[in-house]
Amino acid sequence: MFQVRIHGRGGQGVVTAAELLSVAAFIEGRHAQAFPSFGSERMGAPIVSFCRIDDHPIRAHEPVIEPDGLIIQDVTLLHQVDLFSGLTPEGYVLVNTPRSVDELGLGSLVGRFHPGRLASCPATQIAQEQLGRPLPNAALLGAFSALTGAVSLDALATAIRQRYPGEVGERNVVAAAAASRAIEPSPSELSRAAAG
Amino acid sequence: MLQQVEGSRAVAQTVAACRPEVVCAYPISPQTHIIEALGASVKSGSLSPCEFINVESEFAAMSVLIGASAAGARAYTATASQGLLFMIEAVYNAAGLGLPVVMTLANRAIGAPINIWNDHSDAMSVRDSGWIQLFAETNQEAADLHVQAFSLAEQLSLPVMVCMDGYILTHAVEGIDVPAQSDVDAFLPAYQPRQVLDPDTPISIGAMVGPEAFEEVRYLAHLRQLDALQLIPAVSEEFEAQFGRQSGGLVRAYRTEDAETVVVALGSVLGSIKDAVDIRREAGERIGVLGVTSFRPFPFEAVRQALATARRIIVVERAFSIGFGGVLSTDVSMATHDGGSRLHTVVAGLGGRPVTSRSLDAMLARAALDDLDPLVFLDLDRDVVKRERARLVGTRPPEPTADGVVGWLGTASGGG
Repeated sequence: MFQVRIHGRGGQGVVTAAELLSVAAFIEGRHAQAFPSFGSERMGAPIVSFCRIDDHPIRAHEPVIEPDGLIIQDVTLLHQVDLFSGLTPEGYVLVNTPRSVDELGLGSLVGRFHPGRLASCPATQIAQEQLGRPLPNAALLGAFSALTGAVSLDALATAIRQRYPGEVGERNVVAAAAASRAIEPSPSELSRAAAG
Repeated sequence: MLQQVEGSRAVAQTVAACRPEVVCAYPISPQTHIIEALGASVKSGSLSPCEFINVESEFAAMSVLIGASAAGARAYTATASQGLLFMIEAVYNAAGLGLPVVMTLANRAIGAPINIWNDHSDAMSVRDSGWIQLFAETNQEAADLHVQAFSLAEQLSLPVMVCMDGYILTHAVEGIDVPAQSDVDAFLPAYQPRQVLDPDTPISIGAMVGPEAFEEVRYLAHLRQLDALQLIPAVSEEFEAQFGRQSGGLVRAYRTEDAETVVVALGSVLGSIKDAVDIRREAGERIGVLGVTSFRPFPFEAVRQALATARRIIVVERAFSIGFGGVLSTDVSMATHDGGSRLHTVVAGLGGRPVTSRSLDAMLARAALDDLDPLVFLDLDRDVVKRERARLVGTRPPEPTADGVVGWLGTASGGG
């Protein structure tokens, strides 16, 4: 099972991101589950959502405690919330920022995780260019697809088009592809490609 | 069709496929997405003929449905928590009048302190009302149980409540095979009411009944619930024949064949329990799970049979009776009182606290060592309890506990 936790703020589409990821996995014929951390949602408040992807039916409905992948939509959360709680040593981290991982000031935290699995992506900037609005979801998920191989870019594009038919969907697909290209393939992705 | 869809949406689509003629509800989380989607279907005309009636309260919602059902319409609502409490007088009336209303209860805790998250306190508060209460383990089952609920309600002339865990199921997006219209039409015939309020041939229903007959009326209601014990499995089998999958029934046993320990529960927590039990099975422990789908009527015989080999019974409950203990535990205990097994109540997940496989496993490990108390509160913060108890010593009048506990934790509620 591959478990993802997404951190952002109310209004940024944290819940939608988890749902899109689950739909992409579903399109690939896998079992997937997406759900928010439930609360009195407010614009700007820290929000968490979750996604599980597996080849078998998923029975548990508890929050993801030990994620294999983290998506951080809002970089201002880095020093406010314990974002890395439970992340497995082999886990992936994707941060929405134009800065590099080294510039984020994560300090000793970086050493705890697999260096090739920490990545940043200027998703908000890509969204501004493609959509004219700061909605980073599609770009972040495109980058996450490239970083982790959890879902394919094709499946993600289909999920985006299903959710946003027409012009808006197409622009989001372009944003996802652009962000995907900007990510160096991780070792696991390379081995997956080699095996495939 | 198999879709990756939110549980609430799947339930709304399924209810629409059951062709209700009157939908009436008052908004309350976490059922809101269900009624919103049904309202949109009525407005767009995709669910037709159907009247969506806006009302000022849950009490009005159930009262309207009593009228609609008595006039021969297939009637549906959804609510949760305080909303259910606010309609409770009418909830009892719908059962007493024998009206086949179907209601989704998106299970949520009851205040005070106010809490919008999941537990089963709301369902437990109406367990004696005469409604049939079915608990969904998964979103697939939540959708499927609604089709069965209309069938059961109309065959028995009894209202049926489908309980699904608020947020945990209602807000989870999963692969759900939403029952197709053609299958639902083949399974569920149009509603043929046994009695209809009609101005042209006036009758009155809901007569006053005095001491000379009230006990008989209540006993007959009990017998009808016992009839449901036969009908629920039959409808579940018919459903499987039509839809090709198992859903519903009275109870569902998992790896109980030779089990010495059996964990009993209602609703979605069964998923994490099964995960925890699988791990312990691999380590050689003889442990299984019993999911109770039909909470009312309570299937004593089915529970007794499923727990026949159990030496240790652990009932995991998302509710409890303050000053007493487990609610489901009491029923299970009645079913197994002569079996020589030891029963533990594990209260878990109150007010939306996650029930994790990790905590369940730690609890089951203690049980395996015969080190589990008869009444356990899973993941209870004993330090906070101790500090709050100490603070209250000698204070008169005592200050509100909820505010004290929140103060010790240094948090203001709000989740998110």
